[in-house]
Amino acid sequence: MSNDVDNSRRKFIAAGVAGTAGLVLAPGVTLLDMANARPAGEAASSTKRWGMLIDSTKCATGCNDCVTACGKENGVASTGHPETDPQWIRKIELKEVKSGKSHSLPMMCQHCAEPPCVDVCPTGASFKRADGIVLVDRHICIGCRYCMMACPYKARSFVHEEHDDQNPDVPRGKGCVESCTLCVHRVDKDMEPACVEACSAGNHGAMLFGDLNDANSEISKRIATYATTQVRADLALNTGVRYQGI
Amino acid sequence: MSNDVFRKSKDGAFYFVLGVIGLVVLAGLGAAFYMEHYGHVVTGMTNQIVWGLPHVFAIFLIVAASGVLNVASIGSVFGKPVYKARGPLAGLLAIAMLAGGLMVLMLDLGRSDRLIIAMTYLNLKSVFALNVFLYTVFFTVVALYLWTMLDRKMHAYSKYVGFAAFIWRLALTTGTGAIFGFLVARQAYGTALLAPMFIIMSFSFGLAVFMIVQAVMYSWNDRVLDEVILHRLKNLLATFVAAVLYFTVVYHMTNLYFAKQTAFEHFILIDGGVYTNLFWFGQILLGTLAPLAILFHPGLSKRNGWIVTASMLVILGAFAQLYVLLIGGQAFPLSIFPSMVESSSFFDGQIHTYSPSLPEFLLGMGGIAAAALITAIAAKVLNFMPDDKHHTVSH
Repeated sequence: MSNDVDNSRRKFIAAGVAGTAGLVLAPGVTLLDMANARPAGEAASSTKRWGMLIDSTKCATGCNDCVTACGKENGVASTGHPETDPQWIRKIELKEVKSGKSHSLPMMCQHCAEPPCVDVCPTGASFKRADGIVLVDRHICIGCRYCMMACPYKARSFVHEEHDDQNPDVPRGKGCVESCTLCVHRVDKDMEPACVEACSAGNHGAMLFGDLNDANSEISKRIATYATTQVRADLALNTGVRYQGI
Repeated sequence: MSNDVFRKSKDGAFYFVLGVIGLVVLAGLGAAFYMEHYGHVVTGMTNQIVWGLPHVFAIFLIVAASGVLNVASIGSVFGKPVYKARGPLAGLLAIAMLAGGLMVLMLDLGRSDRLIIAMTYLNLKSVFALNVFLYTVFFTVVALYLWTMLDRKMHAYSKYVGFAAFIWRLALTTGTGAIFGFLVARQAYGTALLAPMFIIMSFSFGLAVFMIVQAVMYSWNDRVLDEVILHRLKNLLATFVAAVLYFTVVYHMTNLYFAKQTAFEHFILIDGGVYTNLFWFGQILLGTLAPLAILFHPGLSKRNGWIVTASMLVILGAFAQLYVLLIGGQAFPLSIFPSMVESSSFFDGQIHTYSPSLPEFLLGMGGIAAAALITAIAAKVLNFMPDDKHHTVSH
């Protein structure tokens, strides 16, 4: 009887210890896993060039999964003022004038290698990271909107009013300009941008994210194999976002 | 003695006018505070029309500021005595209008509180940052120029400083034109033509402002401007107005020749609604042809009142021209996918709408009032009245 009690007590203690150890160690294990990502404090490297390939033939009219995921991830919500609401990514519907052939595709910051927004920014708030991601430094953006005048893709938005639904990873503020960050906070943790993840999760497979500098990456292989397009290629901006099927 | 009494009676009127101008400045500052507090959502500006009415006012003031200095340059650099007498007033107006224009530009920023950042973080590749440098040096050079013109001991240097100011003002207006000239994305801009076009616009706008201010000052002091001088100035204004027209024609004709630009030109010249009306009736009819008709009319061009009217029409045309260029240029959608019809929830492929709001208008007027305030106070403290000893009719 007393042995039974002891056994049960031992089992209980053993389970308790194992559980506690699990709780203590699991985050460590996760951390070990995450250690593959770039550690905080280490500068982005120009050995990488992050980019995206969008296959418009797989992108359906009416599907807004990428836009919804971006809004949720970055805290970009509608305020009921469509003309002043920021849009980091949007679906554009296209129709060829002659043939009437239609396309549907997401449009966002194209993360140019030669970004006009960076050239014109008076304070240097608009900048390109070594790994090709074009960002706005909210600490020195003065809200002049010259970058919005310069962007050929209408990718940038000005924050016209106060909002209090910010995601801690994605600081935003009234009076500054903002745009798609390629989910830099996720990329730095070795994750894909939210839009790409949502597109895959919905089994659409229209968006592919990867390193354009790595010849063995899926995106580089696809670009090497299929005909792809840079939007407004005539401007020679060398965009990080490429399109297939248009 | 009687002169003193006369001056005193004018003093009351002066302070009254000063008070009214001050109130407009305050209204402008109040509007800026309102926009700053609530955000630009309270203005007519959107993510489609990102630069609005404040920029029309600011660019008018900055362009006219550099242009008005031309009057001084003709005197100092080219040695014409009639213009030399007007140099100090031209210099003062240049500083006052540039200050007014920059005030509007600064207060329209999303983060006006970051003025120090705007002045200390300079991206040298940005033509905007280059403009910050151009403005600062312009203030300094014109202030020095005023010193050499107003202080007898410094007269000897006037020609050299005047020459430097002349060169700098050309650089400054080139910089203002290049703000638009360097924009590769939009169809209204992205042409080097805008730099010389802005310079010739500055000659015209600046001289028109000068003529009005000069008329006010002469009338205030009960003096009459000599007909010969008036004749010369009005001929010069007519030449500048015609030159702006020439540049306007070249700009639109060039665009019309390029197939990719014809849709944009069709919008501005034919079916752009308010922009088409402002172009034809505002800029061309009222702002160009009407003043030219007055300035070349054998009878009307001899009357001071009509010349002032012509100058006002030139300024009206200037606002119409800048509105069409700035707002009209943005209202026409970006051609992201040429040869395809675009549509989206972000207004792609649509003509963008813009309704200027009261705060924007007040901020712009505040800038003009600030320029007027600086001019009025300086003219009260120092002698900026053009001094044509042999031409002045004394009372």
